[in-house]
Amino acid sequence: MMLKGTVHKYGINVDTDAIIPARYLNVSEPEELALHCMEDIDIDFVKRVKPGDIIVADTNFGCGSSREHAPLAIKAAKVSCVIAKSFARIFFRNAINIGLPLLESEDAVNNTENGDVLEVDLSKGEIKNLTRNKIFIAKPYPDFMMKIIEAGGLVNYTRKSIVK
Amino acid sequence: MTLAEKILAAHSGKKKVSPGEFINVKVDLVLANDITAPISIREFGKLGARKVFDPKKIVMVPDHFCPNKDIASAEQAKIMRDFAHEHDLVYFEVGQMGIEHVLLPEQGLALPGEVIIGADSHTCTYGALGAFSTGMGSTDIAMAMATGEIWMKVPSSIKFIYRGKLGKWVGGKDLILHTIGDIGVDGALYSAMVFSGETIDALPMDGRFTMSNMAIEAGGKAGVFAYDKTTEKYLKGRAKHPCIVYKADDDAEYIRTIEYDVSTLEPQVSFPHLPSNAKPVSKVGNISIDQSVIGSCTNGRLDDLRLAAKVIKGRKINSRVRCIVIPGTQQVYMDALHEGLIEIFITAGAVVSTPTCGPCLGGYMGILAAGERCISTTNRNFVGRMGSTKSEIYLANPAVAAASAVTGRITGPEEICK
Repeated sequence: MMLKGTVHKYGINVDTDAIIPARYLNVSEPEELALHCMEDIDIDFVKRVKPGDIIVADTNFGCGSSREHAPLAIKAAKVSCVIAKSFARIFFRNAINIGLPLLESEDAVNNTENGDVLEVDLSKGEIKNLTRNKIFIAKPYPDFMMKIIEAGGLVNYTRKSIVK
Repeated sequence: MTLAEKILAAHSGKKKVSPGEFINVKVDLVLANDITAPISIREFGKLGARKVFDPKKIVMVPDHFCPNKDIASAEQAKIMRDFAHEHDLVYFEVGQMGIEHVLLPEQGLALPGEVIIGADSHTCTYGALGAFSTGMGSTDIAMAMATGEIWMKVPSSIKFIYRGKLGKWVGGKDLILHTIGDIGVDGALYSAMVFSGETIDALPMDGRFTMSNMAIEAGGKAGVFAYDKTTEKYLKGRAKHPCIVYKADDDAEYIRTIEYDVSTLEPQVSFPHLPSNAKPVSKVGNISIDQSVIGSCTNGRLDDLRLAAKVIKGRKINSRVRCIVIPGTQQVYMDALHEGLIEIFITAGAVVSTPTCGPCLGGYMGILAAGERCISTTNRNFVGRMGSTKSEIYLANPAVAAASAVTGRITGPEEICK
């Protein structure tokens, strides 16, 4: 799967309250959540973001609350993937489960600036910074997780195995 | 094996598990609330599942925006309520409900040796009882509701050893804020935090819940305590079903061991906007406050209210401060009433709310305006967590929150309780 988009870069410890503030959790429709994505740390994100764009962040992205509304908001904002040095573990699970690809690469984060254009080959874990003409390799996924991503999330992946 | 590894091995049908290994785990209890359950229910439907794996092992609690704060919240809560009734799940209606992580142990539903998962990050609270419990998202919970199983990566364990007798106003909240201040908000990422040492042996159950509760604020997957006399006493007459107690092997492997001498530890205050910005209360300086929140899944238990009442008794809440006390459950509320604590709060000029997560996550019942500051016994002080992105939250124990409510600025209880 190939992804391409412009980078929106953030710092360390971007928490899920920043990704989707709790005051909007009285709804659970992804499209409604997307209207407020990143609002408390980047009020113009929703206006700037274009389909395929990529969020790049430092360490511990998605820390805090377990709200699945956070990756749902990012995905519904049409962000194609998130690249960070590390992810908080609940956010990591949630994103994979709903089919939002995440990539871990310290080098890619260190060598990418806001507004750069990246191209990501998900199956190879290859991140190409087209603006700076550099290539990085993300930490590989375990096999079963790659299958979940390819299926578009955990529900699609497991639907067949559920006894009806 | 560590305690976490022992429990996970037993629940995955293996003799031994090692950190980093991916395993399928049978779960003993599955939890969701009014915010996370609606998504779980939607995904459960998409899975094509018709029945839950065991209705007695799935608990739903309307606590975040309940009693319903607005029409949209009412709709979410109704989705959960209808599903819970349809599938005959364990459900606590307003009137019986409380803040989930105070409620489940109190009701004897969370027990030692169990694997418990919940669509709420503070599900790690039950590690205080020697359970392996951890927070997940709604889709994971949907899977677990359908199959009774979930995949997990076996976490490595970090051992924390606390030595020394705690000061009068120092408790579990201060130990965990100090620890997070030391290791950082991702200092225990993906790991199980193991709390041990002579200080822990002497720590009451409510202080242990507070510590396990905030393991997630260091990125931890779990925060566990060994089962001991304190656990045994707490569970007596409370446990709703039998359980198996596991114990770490003497030669268990920990990726790190961190020791603290806490004999001189002061009450801690975590500054905006991270729980890791912890300072001793004597180093805080002159910081005026507009609101003091005493409650939450972190500090809404009876011991917490007793501590706050001890400070507030015979004093008045500062006329420029809104002091909001939120008992964690109806039982905590009733016990506090019988002990005369509620009267102390109301006489002093504090408001006492029905149990709810309310202000902790900026839901309702105490939202902050721009420029306002709040001292709070809750667990997170992220930007905008309790309201305006221009407001500030300082985390502390109930005695500090109570003393600050009296003086109108962040204050250690020693200053006013001479």
